[in-house]
Amino acid sequence: MSAAGSLLTLVQQSHSVLNPAGPQTRMIDRLWDAMYLTSIVVFVLVVGALLWSAFRRRAIDDPPQTPAREQSLKTVVAGATGLTILVLLGFLVYDVAVGRQITRNPGAQALQIRVTGHQWWWEVQYRDSIAKDWATTANEIHIPTGRPVALELRSTDVIHSFWPPDLTPKRDLIPGNVNSLWFRADSAGVYRGQCAEFCGQQHAKMGFLVIAEPPDRFALWLARQRDTAQTPTTDLTRRGQEVFLGSTCVMCHAIGGTPAGSRIGPDLTHLASRRTIAAGTLPNTRGNLAGWILDPQRIKPGTRMPPNQLSPADLHALLAYLETLK
Amino acid sequence: MTVRAEAYPEPLEPYEEVREELERTWEQPPGLWHWLRSVDHKSIAKRYIVTAFLFFVLAGLEAAVMRAQLSRPENHLLGPDAYNQFFTVHGVTMMFLFAVPIMQAMGLYFVPLMIGARNVAFPRLNAYGYWVYLAGGLFLYIAFFLNTGPDVGWFGYVPLSGPGFSPGKRADVYAQSITFTEIAALAGSVEVIVTVFKNRAPGMTLNRMPLFVWAMLIQAFMVLFAMPWVATVTQFLAMDRLVATHFFNPAEGGDALLWQHLFWFFGHPEVYIIFIPALGFVSSIVATFTRRPVFGYPVMVLSMIATGFLGFGLWVHHMFATGLPQLGQSFFTGASMMIAIPSGIQIFCWIATIWSGRPRFTVPFLFVLGFVVLFIIGGFTGVMIASVPFDQQVHDSYFIVAHFHYVLIGGAVFPLFGAFYYWFPKVTGRMLSETLGRWNFWLFFIGMNLTFFPMHQLGLDGMPRRVYTYLPETGWGDLNLLATIGAVTIAISMVIFVINVIVSLRGGVLAGDDPWGGETLEWATSSPPRPYNFPYIPVVTSRSPIWDESEELPVVTGLRTDVRDVLVTTLLDAEPDSRHRHPIPSIWPLLTAIGTTVLFVTLIFTPWGAVIGTPLFLLGLLGWGWPRGRDKWEQQLVESEA
Repeated sequence: MSAAGSLLTLVQQSHSVLNPAGPQTRMIDRLWDAMYLTSIVVFVLVVGALLWSAFRRRAIDDPPQTPAREQSLKTVVAGATGLTILVLLGFLVYDVAVGRQITRNPGAQALQIRVTGHQWWWEVQYRDSIAKDWATTANEIHIPTGRPVALELRSTDVIHSFWPPDLTPKRDLIPGNVNSLWFRADSAGVYRGQCAEFCGQQHAKMGFLVIAEPPDRFALWLARQRDTAQTPTTDLTRRGQEVFLGSTCVMCHAIGGTPAGSRIGPDLTHLASRRTIAAGTLPNTRGNLAGWILDPQRIKPGTRMPPNQLSPADLHALLAYLETLK
Repeated sequence: MTVRAEAYPEPLEPYEEVREELERTWEQPPGLWHWLRSVDHKSIAKRYIVTAFLFFVLAGLEAAVMRAQLSRPENHLLGPDAYNQFFTVHGVTMMFLFAVPIMQAMGLYFVPLMIGARNVAFPRLNAYGYWVYLAGGLFLYIAFFLNTGPDVGWFGYVPLSGPGFSPGKRADVYAQSITFTEIAALAGSVEVIVTVFKNRAPGMTLNRMPLFVWAMLIQAFMVLFAMPWVATVTQFLAMDRLVATHFFNPAEGGDALLWQHLFWFFGHPEVYIIFIPALGFVSSIVATFTRRPVFGYPVMVLSMIATGFLGFGLWVHHMFATGLPQLGQSFFTGASMMIAIPSGIQIFCWIATIWSGRPRFTVPFLFVLGFVVLFIIGGFTGVMIASVPFDQQVHDSYFIVAHFHYVLIGGAVFPLFGAFYYWFPKVTGRMLSETLGRWNFWLFFIGMNLTFFPMHQLGLDGMPRRVYTYLPETGWGDLNLLATIGAVTIAISMVIFVINVIVSLRGGVLAGDDPWGGETLEWATSSPPRPYNFPYIPVVTSRSPIWDESEELPVVTGLRTDVRDVLVTTLLDAEPDSRHRHPIPSIWPLLTAIGTTVLFVTLIFTPWGAVIGTPLFLLGLLGWGWPRGRDKWEQQLVESEA
C-alpha cells in the first residue's frame, strides 16, 4: 500500500458516538438524542425560573413570607418534583429497554473473534472452523458487513477497554476474566477505536482499526491470513529474513512458516497487509517501519519494544523482507 | 417575624471581668510554640483551609500544565511518564488534599459557632487530624518532586498499580498518602458528629439546627461509613506490594474487580462527601441574601439525608463497562437516577426561596446563581450516564471529565468560593472587595464553561481520558485548544481571588459582627471570634435565632470562666445535661502525628516499619493523655467542687 493511500485511510476513518454504524450504537444514538433534547428543555425551564425568581420586579412592600404564598410555593415545588420523577421514570424504562436490546444474543451464525489486550497493542485471533489453528493478527480487526461478530475479550496484563465508538459501546478486558461482546457493521468502512481504560504509559497510543468489508472480500482476507508467510524469493528478502531470525526480533515476534514463534509481541506473518503499525499510531509505510524498528521509544516512550541497532544494509534487507509479508 | 437586615446590636454586654477571665482561660498566646500546641477549632480550621487552598493551587497548576500539553496534537511538553504523574497527583490532590479537607475545615470552623459552642468536642484529636493531613500532603508532594509521584490514576486500578506492573515506590506513595488523609478525614468526622450531637446551645433542638450544620453532620456520617473502605482497599494494595498477599492477583485466587468494588463503594459517596457541605453553604447564602429562611426546611433536611443514603447505592455505575450482569446493573441505573430527585428538590426549594425573598446580588449570591446553572448541567449528564448503554459509550471518555468537573467545580467549588466571600468577614474581620469578587466570579464562570463544555463533544468524538497526547488525524485539536484557553481564564480568575484576599486582609472594609444581616449564631459574636467564641453561651428558641430575637439573645449563665468549662446538652432536644472540662493546648497531638508519619512512611519500605513506628505512635498517645501542669490543677479544682 502506498504511503499516500495509508494516510488517506487514517484521515477518513470515523471515530464518533454520534456516527453510528451498527444497530446497537444507532439505538444508543437515539437514546442520546432523547436525553439531549429533554435536558435542553429542562435546562431552559429551570434556569429561566431561577433568573425570573431572582430578577422579577417586586413591590416595595412585597412581604417575603405569607402563609398563602408559602402554600402556593409548596404546590409548585411538589409539582416540579413530581414532574422530575416522571421524566426520570420514563428514561429508566427507556434505558433498560435499550440495554436489553443491545445485549441480546446474536445467534449462532456470529463470527467468533478473540481479542486480547496487551500493553500496548491488541492481539486479534480468528477461530478456524476446520483446523484447530487460529489466524492471528494485531491492531486491525476485519469483519464482514451485515453479520454479527462475537468478541471474546481477554487480557494478559492489566485492564484495557475495547471501544470503537461507531460500532459498539465499550467493554473492559480484565485479567482473570473473559468478557464477551457482539456487534454488527451495517456498512463497509474503516472505524477507529482506542483503549479506553488507563493501562499505563502508552494508554494514549493503543489504537486499532475495525475494517468492515463485504463478506466475499472478508472471506478472501481471512483465507490469506490463515496462510503462512511467503517464502522469500530474492536475495535481498532472503537476507532480510536472516536478519530477522538472527536478531532479537524473534524473542517477541512470530512469523508463520518460519522458526519465529514467540507471542510476546504482535504476530508479523501478514504485517505488510496491515494499514498501521505501533497500534494504530503510524501509517504502515517503509519509512515509518524503519523509524519504529530503530527507535520505537521515540515514537511510543515506554513501549515494550527495545531499540535495534542495524547496519543500513541489514535494515534495508529487513524492510524489504517485511514488505513481502502480505 | 421581624427581619433585622443590618448589623445586629451586641447580643449582650458581657461583664468586663467575665470577658477578661475567659480571655485568660482560653487565650492562645502568639509565638511558634503556642501555635504548634493550639487546640482552638478556629485556628486549626484556618490552617486546614489555607493548606487545602495551597494544594488546590498546586493541583490547578498541574491541570494547567496538562491543558498546555493537550492544547495541540502530538505535543511534547510532557512525556507519558510525567503526564501520568501529573494527572494522578492532580486527582489525588483535588480529592484527598483539597476537596474533602476544605469542606470538613469549613465545618470545623463554623459548626461550633453556629451551634453556640466554645470549641469542638475533641480539640486535641482535631489538632492531630490536621497534622496527619499536612504530613500526608507533604509526603505526596515530596515524592512528586523526587519523580516518585503516583502514576496509576487517583483510582489506582489493579493490576496496573500492583507489584507486577508498577515497580518502584510510586504506587506505594499513592496508597499511603491516601491512608494519611483518611485518618484526618475520620478524625474530622468524629469531631463534627460528637460536637453537633452533644455541644449544641440549649434550645437548639435537632429541628432548629441550621441547614449548614445538618449538611456537615450528614457529610460526617458519610465520611465515617465511606472512608474505611478506601483505607482498607489501599492497605490491601500496600500489602500486595509489600508482602505479596495477592488480594488482587487473579493467578493466585485474587480478583482484579474486588478493587473496583471496594474503591467505588468509597469513591461514589466521596462525591457527595464533597457536595453535601456545599448544600450547606448555598443554604446559608441564599437565606441571608434573600432575607428569609430557606423554603421547605424539613424537605431540605430529608432530601440531604436521602442523598447521603443513596450515595452509597451507586458505586456500580463506575463499573458498567466491566461486564457485570445486565439485570444487576439496571438496579444501579435506577439508584443513580433516583439521586437526582433529592437534588431536584433542593434546587426547587432554593428557587422558591429566591422567588419569595428579596435577593441582594452580592458576590456570594452570584456564586450561588452560578452554582445552580453549572450543577444542573452536571446533573443532567449524571442522569445520562446512569443509563447503562449510554454510559458504556462515553465511560472513560472526555464526556465523563466534563461531567464530573461540572459537578465538582460547579456543585462544590462555586459554593465554596461563595462561602469564602460570605464568611471571610467573620474569619478576618474585613470584607473582601466586591469589585474584584465580580471579576473573580465572571472569569471563573466563563473559564469553567470554556474549559469543560467542549469536553462533552470530545468525549462523544471518541477521545478517551488519561491520554497524554492524541494523533492529529483524530480532529480533537480545536476543542482541546479551546479548553486550554478556558483553563487560562480560570487561572486568571484565581489570581484575582488571591489578590483580593491579600489586599482585603490589609485594607478591606471593617466588617463588624454582622455585615450581611445573617440568620445564624456565628453572626452574634465578634469578627473574628474570640478563642472562647461567645462570652455567654446563647439559648436558642427558633431556627433563625438572630432574626427572631427582636431584642437580645437569651444566654446561659453559671459556667465557670476560670477553667475551660463547656456545656454538654442532650442529643435530640439540646437540654443542658452536664458540664465538661475542656482540654488545654498540647504539643502531643503533633508528636503523635509525627509518630504516625514515621509508621506510615517506613511501612512503604519494609514490614519492620510497623515495629519501628507503632511504639512511637503509642508513645505519642501516652503523652497525649498524661495529666500534668494546668491540666492537673484544673482536674483537682473540678473534683474539689464536686
